[in-house]
Amino acid sequence: MPKITFIEHDGTQHIVDAEVGKSVMQAAMDNLVPGIDADCGGECSCATCHVMVNSDWVAKAGGPNEAEDSMLDLNPERASNSRLSCQMTVSDDLDGLIVDLPEFQF
Amino acid sequence: MSEAPTLNMADFDPKDLAIEDIDVSQRSLWIEDKKMAFFDRLRDEAPVHYCKDSEYGPYWSVTRFKDIMEIDGNWQDFSSEPAITILEPEEDFPLPMFIAMDPPVHDEQRKTVQGSVAPANLKLMEKTIRERTQKVLDGLPVGEQFDWVDRVSIELTTQMLATLFDFPFEDRRKLTRWSDVATGDEESGIVESEEARQAELYECLEYFMGLWQERADKDEGTDLVSMLAHGEATKNMSPQEFLGNLILLIVGGNDTTRNSMTGGVWALNQNPGEYAKLRNNPGVIPNMVSEIIRWQTPLSHMRRIANRDYELNGQTIKAGDKVIMWYLSGNRDERSIDRPDEFIIDRDRARQHLSFGFGVHRCMGNRLAEMQLRILWEEVQKRFHMVEVIGEPKLVPSNFVHGYTEMQVVLHPH
Ligand code: HEM
Ligand code: FES
Repeated sequence: MPKITFIEHDGTQHIVDAEVGKSVMQAAMDNLVPGIDADCGGECSCATCHVMVNSDWVAKAGGPNEAEDSMLDLNPERASNSRLSCQMTVSDDLDGLIVDLPEFQF
Repeated sequence: MSEAPTLNMADFDPKDLAIEDIDVSQRSLWIEDKKMAFFDRLRDEAPVHYCKDSEYGPYWSVTRFKDIMEIDGNWQDFSSEPAITILEPEEDFPLPMFIAMDPPVHDEQRKTVQGSVAPANLKLMEKTIRERTQKVLDGLPVGEQFDWVDRVSIELTTQMLATLFDFPFEDRRKLTRWSDVATGDEESGIVESEEARQAELYECLEYFMGLWQERADKDEGTDLVSMLAHGEATKNMSPQEFLGNLILLIVGGNDTTRNSMTGGVWALNQNPGEYAKLRNNPGVIPNMVSEIIRWQTPLSHMRRIANRDYELNGQTIKAGDKVIMWYLSGNRDERSIDRPDEFIIDRDRARQHLSFGFGVHRCMGNRLAEMQLRILWEEVQKRFHMVEVIGEPKLVPSNFVHGYTEMQVVLHPH
């Protein structure tokens, strides 16, 4: 299974095994990674699964889709590498992916 | 408005009515608190239900969790303009506000103010809010009956708004009054007439114009009025638009949080087992806050207008139709929520409720509301064994604001 590393705002790392085909958000939830709320359960409608993709992975992970972009836009802490993790699908290509978690979800 | 409704819903058991005759918007159902059984029937038999005639004209009711999420998340097909409640706006007195605007204007306006209630700013406000909460609680009589709505819920939410607007503290109850006036009408008994209502709202506008001028003349601060006065997308707003956005923040931040503060006490009183859990484990408070907000659902609905014909659950909603998303019903949908009628303070996935809405209009103040409620319960638990409700609370007679006008309580110390 691909491995994903979530890094909390305080630097704590969580390396988890992620199931191919599920979302990165789900991988975090399944492995009890703190810092992701996912209030809408993965429907791209709450923006509380916000992550920042590590710069080495931005190209591979790609940018936000249109609906995701409009949700992300309503977050004052949005960065150029921001994504909603429920809109990122785990694949073998993303084995080793590293994402940073924001200090707060909004 | 159409002719008087033919059937008075509150006189019936929902199962004795033909499904097409059901009108969940009728005020009597809300005054007599009989709406829930009607929603149960709609969810089971007609989750996308057309009411051909009502006090508010024809409208669709969407009552299941997933269907509500689908509509709320789709601003392209479901417009929030020109208003977000079932009631048609007053044509001669429009109050433009970004909750009732679609992108892109919605986004521009929301972006100018959302920083004030984003978590980073809230962290700065937390200490003030806690101190003020402590002061209010320490001033309450112990062992003596009083109205929790007035002395705690209204007082705390009003103080919070005053903080957010940097509003003169001694005048803060004006905010409460304006919030009531903005959502009230003649039938609610809050104002005597529509003219009286508009006159009071003008008074609100004048007051805030004064604050606006004062803030516009200074450098930009972190309070909301200053942000509006300096924001690119908002600084040239018309007075009517300024008033609209103020009312949005006053109402948005006021009634909703207020009724959650009251609803939580009421829910715990009806569920002594949950109260015991809370006493044994104050760590459950953040989770309980979400459960309180779900259980209360402070806003019963939001409305949309379909931009095009749209298939939902076997029904065709036509372009131009009015669609009511009944959050109160979706939050009791057992298809999406386990044991939805029960109040369970340590429930799993407590955050996954509809009370804040979803999509681009998702409640801007949701983190502020949660923080206030968390602080309130942390401080209440430090002081009191029980906040005991005496009798039953009095309900707001509305199908939009789901809350209480009065709740008598007695405090019991540890
Ligand atoms: C428990 C408390 C609260 C509840 C249940 C609540 C509920 C809601 C709901 C249902 C919406 C509309 C969502 C939609 O159309 O999808 C909304 C929007 C909004 N709320 Fe709240 N609210 C609460 C507290 C607050 C507070 C404290 C503020 C204050 C500052 C606030 C400000 C707003 C604003 C500005 C909007 C409009 C957002 C937009 O259109 O983009 N709310 N709220
Ligand atoms: S879980 Fe709600 S947007 Fe990702």
